[in-house]
Amino acid sequence: MLGRINQIIDSSLVDGPGNRTAIFFQGCNFNCHYCHNPETISPGNPKQDMELSEVLERIKRNRPFIKGITVSGGECSLQYAFIEALFLETKKMGLSNFIDTNGSLPFWELPVLTELTDGFMLDVKATDVKSHLLLTGKDNKVVLKNAEFLASIGKLYEVRTVMVKDELNNQKTVEEVGDLLQEYLGQPIRYKLIPFRPHGVRTAYRHWESPSSEKMERLKDLALAKGFEQITVAS
Amino acid sequence: MNVYQSLEEVQKEVLDLIQNKSLTYEQQTFGLAKLAENVLPYPEGADEELMELAQEGIVCDLHEGHAPYAPRYVLPDYDLLFRKGSPFLRLDPPKTLTDAIHTLLIFYHHVPSITRFPVYIGRIDQLLNPFIEDEAQAREQIKWFLIQLDRTVDDSFCHGNIGPQETLAGNIILDVLKDLQNVTPNLTLLYDPKITSNSFAQKCVSTSMACANPAFVNDQMFREEFQGDYGIASCYNGLPIGGGAFTLSRLRLNKIALKSQSLEDFMTNQLPATIHAMTGFMESKIRFLVEETHFFTESFLVKEGLVSLERFVGLFGLVGMHECVNALMKLENKDYSYGKDQEANELGVAIMDLIQKEVDAFESKYSDFWNHRYMLHAQVGADQDLGTSAGVRIAIGHELPIYEHMQQAGMFHKYFPSGIGDHFPFDHTVLNNPQAVLDIFEGGFASGMRYISCYAEDGDLIRVTGYLIKKSDLQAYNQGKQVSYDTVQYAQEALNTYGVLNRKVRGESDARR
Repeated sequence: MLGRINQIIDSSLVDGPGNRTAIFFQGCNFNCHYCHNPETISPGNPKQDMELSEVLERIKRNRPFIKGITVSGGECSLQYAFIEALFLETKKMGLSNFIDTNGSLPFWELPVLTELTDGFMLDVKATDVKSHLLLTGKDNKVVLKNAEFLASIGKLYEVRTVMVKDELNNQKTVEEVGDLLQEYLGQPIRYKLIPFRPHGVRTAYRHWESPSSEKMERLKDLALAKGFEQITVAS
Repeated sequence: MNVYQSLEEVQKEVLDLIQNKSLTYEQQTFGLAKLAENVLPYPEGADEELMELAQEGIVCDLHEGHAPYAPRYVLPDYDLLFRKGSPFLRLDPPKTLTDAIHTLLIFYHHVPSITRFPVYIGRIDQLLNPFIEDEAQAREQIKWFLIQLDRTVDDSFCHGNIGPQETLAGNIILDVLKDLQNVTPNLTLLYDPKITSNSFAQKCVSTSMACANPAFVNDQMFREEFQGDYGIASCYNGLPIGGGAFTLSRLRLNKIALKSQSLEDFMTNQLPATIHAMTGFMESKIRFLVEETHFFTESFLVKEGLVSLERFVGLFGLVGMHECVNALMKLENKDYSYGKDQEANELGVAIMDLIQKEVDAFESKYSDFWNHRYMLHAQVGADQDLGTSAGVRIAIGHELPIYEHMQQAGMFHKYFPSGIGDHFPFDHTVLNNPQAVLDIFEGGFASGMRYISCYAEDGDLIRVTGYLIKKSDLQAYNQGKQVSYDTVQYAQEALNTYGVLNRKVRGESDARR
């Protein structure tokens, strides 16, 4: 079985709980202006194909040092069949499985994958449909439904939003994500607020700016007021 | 290993010491005492062959002095002190936290060592915890306990242990240290994931990122080897409690390789001959200490049973494995390097097997605790070590990705029950995820490592080769200003010249796209 993979990072401290091996899949169905690794958007080429056994071998080598693995991208869920097979094996190795996703696939229709996954890190790029369309090229109906669905089954580990000055209504998104998840915030759902960074972004959008650190703090306070308990502002 | 040739030479050195404006009064006094000791010849048994090896820089006694009159490292039995008190110091067994803290502070003043300061101050959390009644009061008292230590024991070879059980005292110590940014004590968590709570271990990682303390030691490994309790003293030295180490000398393996004609010459002639000379030299120093001075008959520590002769060991140290292996590979016309190439690492292991065998072949009259053998010690480095890496560590600048680095280290840690360790600077990504460092440490321990520490790459406090210093203190010392901590003098070359500040940083910067 083949997976199309952009890169494997053996030790990642920023892709879920503990130290993890992160697997970045090639190909994405969104085309976000602020994407910081746009080279992972295209479907890629067969040179990037890796056998499942090869990926597992790499994970096995890392086994003593990691808590689990995280699949990311690109949009990893597009290759869900490969990930199901991968997660089945990593579960047997006693590792936890995390998915970093744009939430565009209805996870309620992928019960095997959902069952094998310990936690989802879900990007909610904007709650406003128009903004989402403008930013990503796709609407956000499934994304928002996924947020609720994953929270309802206790597997929404983290929500992530990239904050851009002027271009996006950051405050609205934080507020509405809070409203959407209101009844689930008894669970430790994290909210990671990520200020826009020009690093890696395509030239046309590199001039975008991140909100000031005061603004970021205010967004954090807002999330806090909405009932999120663990909020991180990425640096 | 300087031997004075004339009175004028001695006088000049005395005057230099007295006039050195970057030394404090205490540092000068200690220097003068060492100088007086070194006017004596080396004990009988330090033969010419040994002196030649010293001249060549192959054997080094770490300026330990010519005529030792107290053991190098002393690890008193603090539990016994708390049970029985000390008649010599007119101290009763403590009944309150105030009693306990003052008993310790008074007692520390009387524990000798090579640094003139106590190198082992006990499992401080376990010692103090039973006396805590009021938490707020305990916080204040423990804070001042730690301040007093730091300002009077100005040397981070002074080592405290905490754990493996989580205690309130342990939590208070971590909280306070984070705020105080102290250099002393060097602190180690005796870590056993079966006993130490995960939250306490994570807190230890977070604290390390703030103040480079505590380091983590593989408790299960030590317990098995020592068949019970042990203490971590000085840099990272595992030693018997109620005893310690008589002496420590070390080989510069790289210098032995450089004078060898071939790998075979190194393995069959040069290395065994040097080991033979060094064990003999060490035995002569121990003999002098035990039989010609009075520490082991007259010291109150011995008389009151707080230490005993049979629980002291000799430490056989070594440095420069990295450069040694690379030099030998060159002699064999092979292009393999220590660290990254398996064949080079396997040669390292073969060298260690030989060292172990040769050192074990020497039966000491002393060192009862270790079956009359010397313990191996991966020494952290000293001055004049340019081009010689600490112990068996991969040289700075040649570090591997962290898993491979730890697996390589894990091949070697088993040889060194009396101490070896690796230190890793991490970037800010750890702050939100201390569990990640814990996962990595556990992988290291599972790979055979015995002692690991982390610190923040951009912090002021860092672990140099085993001990801690503040970068700001070094800066002051570089400018000729006085700093109270002795350790800064030792760190000067390590940081200014050997590149300790250039260690490979781990975390996002190690891994990211």
